[in-house]
Amino acid sequence: MNELLLRELVPAVIGVLVRRGADFAAAEDAVQDALVEAVRVWPDDAPRDPKGWLVTVAWRKFLDSARADTSRRHREVRVEAEPVPGPVEGADDTLRLYFLCAHPSLTPASAVALTLRAVGGLTTRQIAQAYLVPEATMAQRISRAKRTVSGVRFNQPGDVATVLRVLYLVFNEGYSGDIDLAAEAIRLTRQLAARIKHEEVAGLLALMLLHHARRPARTTPDGRLVPLAEQDRGLWDTRMIAEGVDVLQAALARDRLGEFQAQAAIAALHADAQTAEETDWVQIVEWYDELVRLTGSPVARLNRAVAVGEADGPRAGLAALAELDPSLPRHTAAAAYLHERDGDPVTAARLYAEAARAAPSLPERDHLTRQAARLNARLRG
Amino acid sequence: MAKYLLLKHYRGAPAPVNDVPMEQWTPEELTAHVQYMRDFAARLESTGEYVDSQELSPEGTFVRFDGEGRPPATDGPFAETKDLIAGWMVIDVETYERALELAAELSAAPGAGGKPIHEWLEVRPFLGGACTVTE
Repeated sequence: MNELLLRELVPAVIGVLVRRGADFAAAEDAVQDALVEAVRVWPDDAPRDPKGWLVTVAWRKFLDSARADTSRRHREVRVEAEPVPGPVEGADDTLRLYFLCAHPSLTPASAVALTLRAVGGLTTRQIAQAYLVPEATMAQRISRAKRTVSGVRFNQPGDVATVLRVLYLVFNEGYSGDIDLAAEAIRLTRQLAARIKHEEVAGLLALMLLHHARRPARTTPDGRLVPLAEQDRGLWDTRMIAEGVDVLQAALARDRLGEFQAQAAIAALHADAQTAEETDWVQIVEWYDELVRLTGSPVARLNRAVAVGEADGPRAGLAALAELDPSLPRHTAAAAYLHERDGDPVTAARLYAEAARAAPSLPERDHLTRQAARLNARLRG
Repeated sequence: MAKYLLLKHYRGAPAPVNDVPMEQWTPEELTAHVQYMRDFAARLESTGEYVDSQELSPEGTFVRFDGEGRPPATDGPFAETKDLIAGWMVIDVETYERALELAAELSAAPGAGGKPIHEWLEVRPFLGGACTVTE
């Protein structure tokens, strides 16, 4: 049995323990312990019923730690060895865990960590490595998160929008080290989409697939960013794009537009173009108009200005940009790009260099510095 | 979450309010200071915000490549170097405001007379990796 299949069982097993009377925090710990044992024992002695095995072992771990707890507190052992009668599995424990782990009382970082552990079945060490913090720090982040939601009823319905924000955060973190967080976010969103019929869940899944399909083309092997227009489209994963487009079309057909569907539609239009020149910028601007209407987001307005520059020419793009707050992230980079397209390499080079100094990430800084260097070399030559 | 470096300087930062050099503190004041730093780091670990901390010796030498087949060229240490890093702490926090709050707390470590040093710490954001959705 591979690790992924094992991890898929985690939320349901936590659900069984909670249903039998364990509190969420203790159940989650017990299932982690059982996972560790499964990884140790299964290669030599794989159970016929993996889920049943996990439930049995996790329940035993839970009882052990509950007994240790109560005896530490010099109290009578109240937890019975036999599970209380009741449904073995609830309507959808996995779905409930998504809501609990994204509960609005949690900070985004806590919700992310808890979701990756309790829904994703990752170990604390794996999550710590993915976020480049010590394991002890991540362990504390997770146990605090569990304390925060300890008063929340397990079967309390939640808001799907909060879950989507958490999954989107995981996706956007990308990948560093062994754990590919973008792939993990897709797996978790796919699992959610299979459980709940909701246009925005589908919209987010489509958005992730359409972006992920282009990942091999987005950076060079040495880590340089490749702008969309210069990407080798032969490297795009056409099957993943086709799946993303299918998921999106099914969602749009239900006629309840949301921000993730609008973003996915923009990504789909990019993915649909065989060459950069064939991109349907007019439609992309229309989708950005929808996105701005739905979210009012300044980032969406900024991206819209760049798209206007492609659809109606750089002057129109610069005019749209002039209406926005110049302190917006990437405003200077967008201005540099539009000025170059407008035939003003002097201004563009200056703005690229300025944008590089303010860039929030190393790959972006390098990319913008290289743009400035390219123009400066041309101006000298 | 975003990572920040809290930089402590031997020299180069503006003078702290409680500016008595460490070698003139009492042993109890030194113990209290060290304990404060430890407690601070332990508390950050418990809030899930601690990443790393290190202290540097004041000695330092500049090194550069001096040509193929030659040993590295060295220079210094320079007594007059304007800016000298003493150590750092790396934190992983939800907001910039939180980074400032923690730096201020660290700057309140007790010094001579058990009073806060009010030393100036420099807060520097890390450059992160690229996020996936940028177009």
